[in-house]
Amino acid sequence: MAPRTPGADLPEHPDWLWHSPDPKPSYDVVIVGGGGHGLATAYYLAVNHGITNVAVLERGWLAGGNMARNTTIIRSNYLWDESAGLYEHALKLWEGLEDELDYPLLFSQRGVLNLAHSLQEVRDGVRRVNANRLNGIDAEWLDPHQVAEICPILNTSPDLRYPVLGATWQPRAGIAKHDHVAWAFARALDRMGVDLIQGCEVTGFERVGDRVVGVNTSRGPIRAGKVALAAAGHTSVLADTLGLRLPIQSHPLQALVSELLEPVHPTVVMSNSVHVYVSQAHKGELVLGAGIDAHNSYSQRGAFHTIEREMTAAVELFPMFARAHVLRTWGGVVDVTPDASAIMGLTPFEGLYVNCGWGTGGFKSTPGVGWCYAHTIACDEPHPLNAPFSLERFTTGALVDEHGAAGVAH
Amino acid sequence: MMLIPCPWCGPRNEIEFHYGGQADVHYPSDPRSTSDEDWAHFLFFRDNPKGVFTERWSHAAGCRRWFTVHRDTVTNEIHPDDSASAARTVTR
Amino acid sequence: MSNEFRLADRGRIDRDRPIRFRFDGGDYEGYQGDTLASALLANGIHQVATSIKHGRPRGIMAAGAEEPNALVQIERPFPEPMLTATTVELREGLQASGLPGRGQLSTGDDPARYDTMHAHCDVLVVGAGPAGLAAALSAARSGARVIVAEADTEFGGSLLGSGETLDRAPGTEWVRRATAELAACPEVRLLPRTTVFGHYDDNYLVALEHRGEQAHSRQRVWRMRAREVVLATGSHERPLVFAGNDRPGTMLAGSARTYLNRYAVRPGNRAVVFTTNDSAYAAAIDLADAGVEIAAIVDAREVVSTHWASLCIERGITIHADTAVVSTSGTDRVSSAHLCSLRSDGSRTPSVRQVVGCDLLLVSGGWNPAVHLHSQARGSLRFSEDIGAFVPEQDVRSVRSAGAAAGLFATSESLRSGAEAGRDAARAAGFDAEPGRLPRAEKAPVLASRSVWLLPSPADSDGSTRFVDLARDVTVADIRKATRAGMDSVEHVKRYTTLGTAHDQGKTSGTLSTGVIAEMLGRDVAELGTTTFRAPYTPVTFAALAGRDRGDLYDPVRVTAMHDWHVEHGAPFENVGQWKRPWYYPRPGEDMETAVLRECRAARESVGIQDVSTLGKIDVQGPDAAEFLDLVYTNMMSTLKVGRIRYGVMCTADGMVFDDGTVTRTDEQRYLISTTSGNAAGVLAHLEDWLQTEWPHLRVYLTSVTEQWATIALVGPDSRQVLSRVASGIEVGNDSFPFMSFRDGLVAGRRARVCRISFSGELAFEINVPWWYGREVWEALHEAGQPFGITPYGTETMHVLRAEKGFPIVGQDTDGTITPDDLGMSWAVSKKKTDFLGKRSFSRADTARTDRKQLVGLLPADENLVLPEGSQLVDTAELPEPPVPMLGHVTSSYRSAALDRGFALAVVKAGRDRIGETIYSPVGDRLAAVTITEPVFYDKEGARRDG
Repeated sequence: MAPRTPGADLPEHPDWLWHSPDPKPSYDVVIVGGGGHGLATAYYLAVNHGITNVAVLERGWLAGGNMARNTTIIRSNYLWDESAGLYEHALKLWEGLEDELDYPLLFSQRGVLNLAHSLQEVRDGVRRVNANRLNGIDAEWLDPHQVAEICPILNTSPDLRYPVLGATWQPRAGIAKHDHVAWAFARALDRMGVDLIQGCEVTGFERVGDRVVGVNTSRGPIRAGKVALAAAGHTSVLADTLGLRLPIQSHPLQALVSELLEPVHPTVVMSNSVHVYVSQAHKGELVLGAGIDAHNSYSQRGAFHTIEREMTAAVELFPMFARAHVLRTWGGVVDVTPDASAIMGLTPFEGLYVNCGWGTGGFKSTPGVGWCYAHTIACDEPHPLNAPFSLERFTTGALVDEHGAAGVAH
Repeated sequence: MMLIPCPWCGPRNEIEFHYGGQADVHYPSDPRSTSDEDWAHFLFFRDNPKGVFTERWSHAAGCRRWFTVHRDTVTNEIHPDDSASAARTVTR
Repeated sequence: MSNEFRLADRGRIDRDRPIRFRFDGGDYEGYQGDTLASALLANGIHQVATSIKHGRPRGIMAAGAEEPNALVQIERPFPEPMLTATTVELREGLQASGLPGRGQLSTGDDPARYDTMHAHCDVLVVGAGPAGLAAALSAARSGARVIVAEADTEFGGSLLGSGETLDRAPGTEWVRRATAELAACPEVRLLPRTTVFGHYDDNYLVALEHRGEQAHSRQRVWRMRAREVVLATGSHERPLVFAGNDRPGTMLAGSARTYLNRYAVRPGNRAVVFTTNDSAYAAAIDLADAGVEIAAIVDAREVVSTHWASLCIERGITIHADTAVVSTSGTDRVSSAHLCSLRSDGSRTPSVRQVVGCDLLLVSGGWNPAVHLHSQARGSLRFSEDIGAFVPEQDVRSVRSAGAAAGLFATSESLRSGAEAGRDAARAAGFDAEPGRLPRAEKAPVLASRSVWLLPSPADSDGSTRFVDLARDVTVADIRKATRAGMDSVEHVKRYTTLGTAHDQGKTSGTLSTGVIAEMLGRDVAELGTTTFRAPYTPVTFAALAGRDRGDLYDPVRVTAMHDWHVEHGAPFENVGQWKRPWYYPRPGEDMETAVLRECRAARESVGIQDVSTLGKIDVQGPDAAEFLDLVYTNMMSTLKVGRIRYGVMCTADGMVFDDGTVTRTDEQRYLISTTSGNAAGVLAHLEDWLQTEWPHLRVYLTSVTEQWATIALVGPDSRQVLSRVASGIEVGNDSFPFMSFRDGLVAGRRARVCRISFSGELAFEINVPWWYGREVWEALHEAGQPFGITPYGTETMHVLRAEKGFPIVGQDTDGTITPDDLGMSWAVSKKKTDFLGKRSFSRADTARTDRKQLVGLLPADENLVLPEGSQLVDTAELPEPPVPMLGHVTSSYRSAALDRGFALAVVKAGRDRIGETIYSPVGDRLAAVTITEPVFYDKEGARRDG
């Protein structure tokens, strides 16, 4: 038997990535959380602000939380100006990141379709497309025929229980390989002398009055000029030790992959009412995201009926997927705010900064968050792009409500 | 698929229930004299413990009654006392 | 020659039932009872596939779900990608081909049916090998409700392949009797071909049953809730890592034994056996006795078992102790194994001492308990030095592991631990259980195994042909590269190399790779641990998980009592939540716009009729009903007089509009409230939440009555005349039946409640009748309206009519960020009430701003233009560079028959202060000028509502 064409494979990782140093007694900045946001923040602290006496503390293994568990969708077609500004800034950075970090991130701008299945979803979609375009974001409204041209395997038959009535289309959106992204930042940080410290859990904070001056960790106390939280679903646990209440709730969010399959799915499809989002990754596996489980949880696992519901939606929209197999399911802990927008900025404690509440938007925002959060930390004031994402908005009522109007939670 | 003890109907599958988040969040007795900040806390700020959480569920596909349980948010274990009538006392 | 490697005298295949099949274009024959893999081996086919990265030939390695190599695509009869040949049951007409690690989805629709069963039991036993059967017997004899799920086509587990005896009879005889006893228990359910693939909270386990293409459902998902679980899931044999360890003809020793004893297949003619433990000797002896020449047994241990050694001597088999196979030769089949002493001889590089010709290389690096479900149940693991594998550290509450799954490999131990686990499980579930008598198993003294991870490799210094994960083509060289790059956790190495991520999820490579990494890093295997075991244990088709909830059953369809009439009259439908609502009623040749203009004219000029049954209806009763409604509506409901109706707005506590509808006071202590169609369930849940948890002292009872009332809107100047023709006991004149009141009486002979409500501004009646009579009364009204040209209309016309009057639709003109004041509805917000839901939020800094987005009307300068809904609004006649400041957006937009032009509703920043100003809306490539107006376009004086 002649060898067949081997399945596609990923580019090799480099020969060197990062050291695993012991923590030093003190740093200018300690970042709590070695996920994508923590790493990106450290990167832009160094590159944009020249601050390299920095430690990124990770309680487990680097980028092993939501960074390793997301469905890697990148897009910036958010409804509100505030969100669009930040996510579009992130997308622009994504577009240069592969070169800047000299690492194959497998950033593939294959576009994303957000499907509409009701007349109201059509109105919401058109509204969002129009807002995107005025914000300088590439966006188009497509009718079902045009949707079928972009994604022929999608069931656009009018006989569907909730037929596809149209879709928004962002051509510059796409996917990237999450581990590669995290490791690219980590390698760059390692080269710049930033300490990436794994297996180092922060258990509390050192304070002088209302000023945070360090952290206590499972590997001993570390003094810090500034402490920046980037711990996603675990932010509440950390903030609790300071008596700082945050309007976030941690929920399970599940995803799954199929086995490797020959390419069939050319883009990214997201549907809110027939709830599924799916792309086909570089090796050929279908990557699908499920809905958020309603209850609070830190278990990194969700309920099986959530997966089953997702499969009904997947097969409904992609009849061809019926014969694919679920190979692996997993869960992350997403921190969700009342308005489905993040919190990033200063806190009531001097020297303590918070970045959390990214819900399902964490991965796609990674470089944008790093850029803005680094600015916030370095300058002690929010970057204009993250100024609207302050904690104060919950008091004034100036929410950036991305679930009602946008109709797209992921 | 948790097995949730409805104090009226007995243990039932999670899909029969609607989640209500933290229990015992009291509506301010006099909203008019509540500061904007306190009001924001009432509206939006909830405990988010890693561990035992006192939370509300409604048996939406059953008796439609709200009740309180104590569940560990890491293991999803619900305190055994929560099947008893004590759980029937529920506040927001 | 067909079945050249089939033995004549043994196995569990049915030689009377030959089966023809096709593989990679060749035609072959096997037997009922074969797997695709056993049938291929019987025909001398070892190479089944090529590898994912390097395209190397790959053969059949295992005999079960752990198979890393033999991936096949099923072409007929039922196309399916990426199955392992070792788990595909042979059947007539099967056509399959080998895969290079990646499969192909069939473009055809999947015509099969998939279903779901729910089951509850006292004891769920996962696995029906010796441990599982013993556990099931213990539990079943106590009267407990037992389910036994076994992935294989028949029960017996290792006993099917080992040829062992129990009570001096073939072990399979005991299996037969045990199975028969269980089958006879009324409380026992036996599920062969059923893989339990996930453990979830509170002993909720999910399994997939393969029922076959002929069955009513091809596959069935079992959702099982068990009080107690016994995991008797067995173990997986581990390969060994040496150069060229991937050549076809290399096979796990235990699997070779299974092919021999269960399938009567001689997997080769001349075998070398390479082992680190005793178990491979049994395979060697069985193969030797079946006529396979055992060229050598290569044992990594310094000392070998005297028991097995004497059996080997009897058969003239040479044993090489303290020796390893370090490389192989061969092209697409192994042709020789290269032996090297493991004896430490100082600094000298080890070298190959002997080359042994063979066409079969059996390997055994020890056994990994299948701890997947234990681990999913949050059970912790410990590394057992004794067996060189991870075992359950301790049982999780209500989940017990037994037999090989607990690291107890001897059949006698499996039986004992299974029986005890079954007994304990039944007792924990409240039954009086005893383990009962167990059959006597063969006993052989077991000599400790040796954990071997990295072997010396004179032939492959860089490790590039030493495969750790065959399924992912991950070699020692790959892992070394990862560890040298700084990766020092198994999770990182897994991601760096893609170890363990293939179809088998690392069943054979998991522990092995941890061992290799540990050795490279100079750390303990125990300390490094495993990666997480995730569901599903084996891959499950999407279709099986989707079950019956597809197509029409994807989501329930709700229809009204008049639905069939709408269908008969040609209405297309709009999905509103789960409801199907008539959208419009086109006449022959009419497009939507023409039909809607005609329907609008009829409602404004004569009479129209609409089915509004889908509006949510909640009956609110009790002494405190009035007080309750005052708390949940922004306006005052306690002052509403009996017999009267009031429009009401509900906000959530954050002050945003949540729903709206009418409130009808039918009695001092009773109200009927209506909600929007899509939000009825949400409103009921919202009201119940506040009532039960914040105001439990209020004596109020809430009942959904949406489906008790069919509701018909009769709209237009002639509606009164139409109603009067069919109503009795109702004075329909303005004075006796004023606007916003209701009357009970008969309509078309049926008891009806008629409300004078108008969502169009026209004289209108809403006629509520018991659901059962909905169509009858609808038809009677339609008949009575014929002289007036009564015109049925749908949701689109309803939307146009209400927009002409500036009535917002919650969810269309609002989006969860809009307050009553933003809608210009301060008149509906009580100033008198001390509190109601949302009130406090209105005074927050942002909510109290006067320049918020407010609902206004828009008139395009181009009267023919109907602005697309969702269009944005800007200040300037030319677009600046982005980001362009936006003023708001168009929420509703239509062509008006009454105005004979396009018009729209929109939310615009400080819109009420800008009435009369011109702003712009980008429409396609141009900017359309629009004038901001009051949101009421038609009959501003409200003169028409009384007819």
